[in-house]
Amino acid sequence: MLRVLNKIFRTGVLTETPPVISESELERCGIEVRRRIDARFGGSLAIRQVDAGSCNGCELEIHALNNPYHDVERFGIHFVASPRHADALLVTGPVSRHMEAALRRVYNATPAPKFVIAAGDCACDGGEFGISYASCGAVENVLPVDVKIAGCPPAPLDLLRGLLAALGEGSDQS
Amino acid sequence: MSRFDWLPDFLAKLEDASITAPCGPASGGTPASLLVVDAADWGRVASVAISFNCRLAGLWGDQREGKIMLFCCLERQGDYLLLRTAVPLSHPELPSHTFWFPSADRLERHARDLLGVIFTRHPDSRRWTRHRAWPETDYPLRSDFPAAGRRTTKTPQDEEYPFLRAKGTGVYEIPVGPVHAGIIEPGHFRFQAVGEEVLNLEERLGYLHKGIEKIAVGRDSAGLARLAGRVSGDSTVAHAWAACQAMERAAGIEPPPRGLALRALLAERERIANHLGDIGAICNDVGFAFALYQFSRLREIWQRRSAELFGHRLLMDRVVPGGVGVDLESNGSLSLREDHRLLRKELNGLFDILEDHPSLEDRLLTTGRLTAESARSLGSLGYVGKASGQGFDVRHNNPYAPYDRMEVAVPVFEEGDVAARVRVRMEEVRISLDLLDCLLAGLPAGEVRQEMPSLISSAEGVGFVEGWRGEIITYVRFDGEGRVARFFPRDPSWFTWPALERIVLGNIVPDFPVCNKSVNGSYSGHDL
Repeated sequence: MLRVLNKIFRTGVLTETPPVISESELERCGIEVRRRIDARFGGSLAIRQVDAGSCNGCELEIHALNNPYHDVERFGIHFVASPRHADALLVTGPVSRHMEAALRRVYNATPAPKFVIAAGDCACDGGEFGISYASCGAVENVLPVDVKIAGCPPAPLDLLRGLLAALGEGSDQS
Repeated sequence: MSRFDWLPDFLAKLEDASITAPCGPASGGTPASLLVVDAADWGRVASVAISFNCRLAGLWGDQREGKIMLFCCLERQGDYLLLRTAVPLSHPELPSHTFWFPSADRLERHARDLLGVIFTRHPDSRRWTRHRAWPETDYPLRSDFPAAGRRTTKTPQDEEYPFLRAKGTGVYEIPVGPVHAGIIEPGHFRFQAVGEEVLNLEERLGYLHKGIEKIAVGRDSAGLARLAGRVSGDSTVAHAWAACQAMERAAGIEPPPRGLALRALLAERERIANHLGDIGAICNDVGFAFALYQFSRLREIWQRRSAELFGHRLLMDRVVPGGVGVDLESNGSLSLREDHRLLRKELNGLFDILEDHPSLEDRLLTTGRLTAESARSLGSLGYVGKASGQGFDVRHNNPYAPYDRMEVAVPVFEEGDVAARVRVRMEEVRISLDLLDCLLAGLPAGEVRQEMPSLISSAEGVGFVEGWRGEIITYVRFDGEGRVARFFPRDPSWFTWPALERIVLGNIVPDFPVCNKSVNGSYSGHDL
């Protein structure tokens, strides 16, 4: 136990270490996100992530949003286990036809107001997979999409920037 | 021990069973022998193979005009034997291998759903990869099926899959997925349970099927490498390497030594990144958040270095046909060596904590056991196999360049529990760090890439690469115009998903997440 405590003490809080360039940008993006979340969602944004056909690359980077360096929860953004708890859907992948019905059901289960963020090149425009007998291509071919975050996969900072855009533009619908 | 010293005995055994099958080297410099078998003898060859302790490592079909060619890849003592047969398209029927090799089950059902091959005496008549995107009478991988498909309406929900049912007092069923609670890939799990105990688990995969094999058709080599790098995003280096290796063998070229060494460097970086992430996540699944914090921190540092030196956090599209698309400067080499030193130091302390933490021991030891016998019959690979006594590793057993000049240690444990799968990962991280230092020390000078020939006509090749999940086998065939005619990447997850169904038996439902994470099968790599 002492070793664990010692390691925790010595690792410290990484999010407060003196920022290098990317860290300062993270701080700037994050604070902006925080401000908008406070204004529009009473201080918290609940996201339901849906992999609708991704290769898992985007998921790895979304996970990285939660690591000690990015610690996205400090900005009030958290990932929830059910669409019924969510303000926004973060959808990755081209929508495989085998996930099409499930994705629609997730969308219908999400209470309004809600918005949809397409994360990654596949979700934005079909990416490497496009449209085929097995793939519907971009998320907007299945659901109304409010914000697109490009990248294959988008890096955590790109995702954070995209969330910022989502809060700025995506929440007009009722 | 020389290569294939068992093959004469095997052929003699076939002859005893009055099976005549010409045997020779496989085309394209693939390190496998090819055995051409009559379709009627297909099942009997499998019965001889199992008596020889062969492992079924892959099975796929390939339509060529009026025929469907079927391939079955066997492995014994590190030697690959490729069985091939042909059935007419009008009557594509042959005996199933599943009776002898349970690992063939889903691969055969996949070939049936996509190519319409009928495997007689297959114990499971249910569809596997097919949900509702195309009708039962269509076969997407046949040449007359349009890549765009024929459906113009919304794809309906797949509702009528006949799951196994359990009945009895107190037996209840838990359906989970395809959309899960966490940030993970989609798939459906159907549990039968009594109280907390799992009586049975049935997996239903295929949700991520996005037609990879079909949309590969018609691509050039660079396009196929990009697609292969997205078969499973966490294994982008390994899959791209396996596909490029197959294409290079088809083309009869070999990348320059520096290109090969850099491929290995990228592959070992990928292994370490994934293992670090998994170790933290497994511990977190039993409530030890400290480890998640520490290991996701180390993973992030690792990924940032990948972005800085190689231009991509996950190393996508760095492996290209003919070599690699990036080079390593000498000061990059220095910072990598320093990274390795620091990571070793961090891991010494952290692994000590993990190996000597009573609450972790309590939750991971004896949880989710896979017996050596199950692992063998299911052909389980990578850390799943190695934790259950199956020590196969392509880098060690059939080393490809640059591993042919290195000694790759393979950690093997017998316990088969979650703790053993964590321990294999810890050992592999250490071994990979040593390999990385060794690669940097002996990094050859020169080009990193060789041009692919502009036309690779009517040629085929098979790639064998050890990804971080285990052995990947990739088959590529080019048509007469030099375009890809067939691409089949066999991810190791084909053989670890069935293991998960056995691993959770008798465990409590709340331990499913940690069991699942300890196996960490790729949904995308399996569903294709």
